[in-house]
Amino acid sequence: MSTRDRATGRSAPIVALAVLLACVGCAGTKPVREGPNLGRAATPAEVAGWDISIAPDGTGLPPGSGTPSRGAAVYEQKCQSCHGAKGAGQPNDRLVGGQGTLASNTPVKTIGSFWPHATTVFDYVRRSMPYAEPQSLENDDVYAVTAYLLQLNGIIGENDVMDARTLPKVKMPNRDNFIVVYPTKR
Amino acid sequence: MSEPRSSDETLDRRAFLTKSIAVAGAGVLGAAAPSPATANDPPETPPWMKAPGAPLGPYGQPAKYEAKVTRTLIRSQPGTTGTGAARTPLESLEGMITPSGLHFERHHSGIPDIDPDKHRVLIHGMVERPLVFTVDALMRYPMVSRIHFLECAGNSAPMYGATPPALTCGQVHGLVSCSEWTGVPLRILLQEAGVDPKAGWILAEGADAAAMSRSVPMAKAMDDAMLALYQNGERLRPENGYPVRLFLPGYEGNMSVKWLRRIKVTPTATMTKDETSKYSDLQADGKALMFTYPMDVKSVITRPSPGVGLKGAGLYEISGIAWSGNGTITRVDVSTDGGREWTAAELVPPVLPRAITRFRQAWRWNGAVTTIMSRATDDVRQVQPTREQLVREHGTNVIFHYTAIQAWRVEANGEVKNVYA
Repeated sequence: MSTRDRATGRSAPIVALAVLLACVGCAGTKPVREGPNLGRAATPAEVAGWDISIAPDGTGLPPGSGTPSRGAAVYEQKCQSCHGAKGAGQPNDRLVGGQGTLASNTPVKTIGSFWPHATTVFDYVRRSMPYAEPQSLENDDVYAVTAYLLQLNGIIGENDVMDARTLPKVKMPNRDNFIVVYPTKR
Repeated sequence: MSEPRSSDETLDRRAFLTKSIAVAGAGVLGAAAPSPATANDPPETPPWMKAPGAPLGPYGQPAKYEAKVTRTLIRSQPGTTGTGAARTPLESLEGMITPSGLHFERHHSGIPDIDPDKHRVLIHGMVERPLVFTVDALMRYPMVSRIHFLECAGNSAPMYGATPPALTCGQVHGLVSCSEWTGVPLRILLQEAGVDPKAGWILAEGADAAAMSRSVPMAKAMDDAMLALYQNGERLRPENGYPVRLFLPGYEGNMSVKWLRRIKVTPTATMTKDETSKYSDLQADGKALMFTYPMDVKSVITRPSPGVGLKGAGLYEISGIAWSGNGTITRVDVSTDGGREWTAAELVPPVLPRAITRFRQAWRWNGAVTTIMSRATDDVRQVQPTREQLVREHGTNVIFHYTAIQAWRVEANGEVKNVYA
């Protein structure tokens, strides 16, 4: 056991159980169900309903598609009151512009200037926006708003269609300016 | 590194205990001036002894005379009420444990009202058996109890500014708190689900309106990660993730996802909004550090501090807190002369890994203007940097992971001000 465990005084039976479980994990063989086993099997439909996260390679992106022009209409109705006309910001976060400012004394971090992955825009808009009614937009609308924000930032063209195939291929301007430090120290 | 001195300002603790008798009435912060005599002073009997007191109650509350001790600098995004932060009033607290009601808050779309009977935790992705857990089921698992700090990655961010913010200690540094957390080791649940050996990460997602989500390395998930159910002996407060949260000792607070509803086992990090556009550390050259997880070694003097000043020359106790996400605090040095000389302060037991450690140092203030500061060291030999060192290495656009030595200037009238020194 680690010093942490000793420091906080685990009771003996629990230590024994934890050791047993840890050893099962170390064996490198097929895990054996040694815990209390109180979870029930999740069905594929249950998982599909909750699994809303999108990986940078596009894993998890749903069917559907959208264009910047359709996204502009969705944006004006659902987003503009918080994020300003054409993503200019105010009263809340600015979403457009700022490219070239990151090394200045007044960096402007937006989707266009800072975000490394286009898939994150879809993921975040779908899970959290609009602020007062998250997870209310149809997938086509999320694709469309994503396309609009990418187009406002000059990353895709006016007629580019965003869908599960095209979105992961979008190269964000700041993509190569992140330095992953885990597991090394900062 | 100088040894403790008994002739000058910082004093050996034994000297404090004996000499404080000679300056009785001046040894406690804010107690220099004797209170005016009242009808309750000896030899009179106070009225609260002349009638029975209040009845028993179902849930205790702080004394009404302590009503000013609250979370501070409560700010929400424009047009919202629950998206922002409220800070622990560090200057009003003592010891190592933060009362649950004063634990800092940071939410991304308010505090959800979750009926525990209707809450579920789903584990899926690269596992043999996707599983759904009820909260009742989680309560039947073997638990661990550990005392750990939790610190928001954006704690102390105002200190990156060009001028020192005129705020209290808690308003600047109060996005750190420390509790005893009790819950189920995450590895037990992951092992029941059967993790694919090729999996390198998990994604943790909350059941708040932001569905706040972060990626966590599998090594951490299998090490000391827990699904916390209790805080300081009682079930989690709603603002701390009731009915169940992820807890990752030492890591930036945002990763300890509250209201945990889903863990997806994945091959790589998911690159969520809160690990790319936020909680990444913009450097002066425009590059950004990503996945800077541990909260590095840090300390701050909580008394005296702005708003908790001195009342006349005499003997005082400097009190403060130190912590490190990389391990255990081994030393805190205190300077009362602007950083020229340093004295090793007393570390108050228990000194635990990834927990707040209280330090104390006796100090005779001669009434002259001076600057006091503390500098912590941990057991991986990290030493808290000066602000100048931190800014030289990382710039001032970082927002996150501000860890520099805090300097407080004591004015001749006893007031304390935040300064860069």
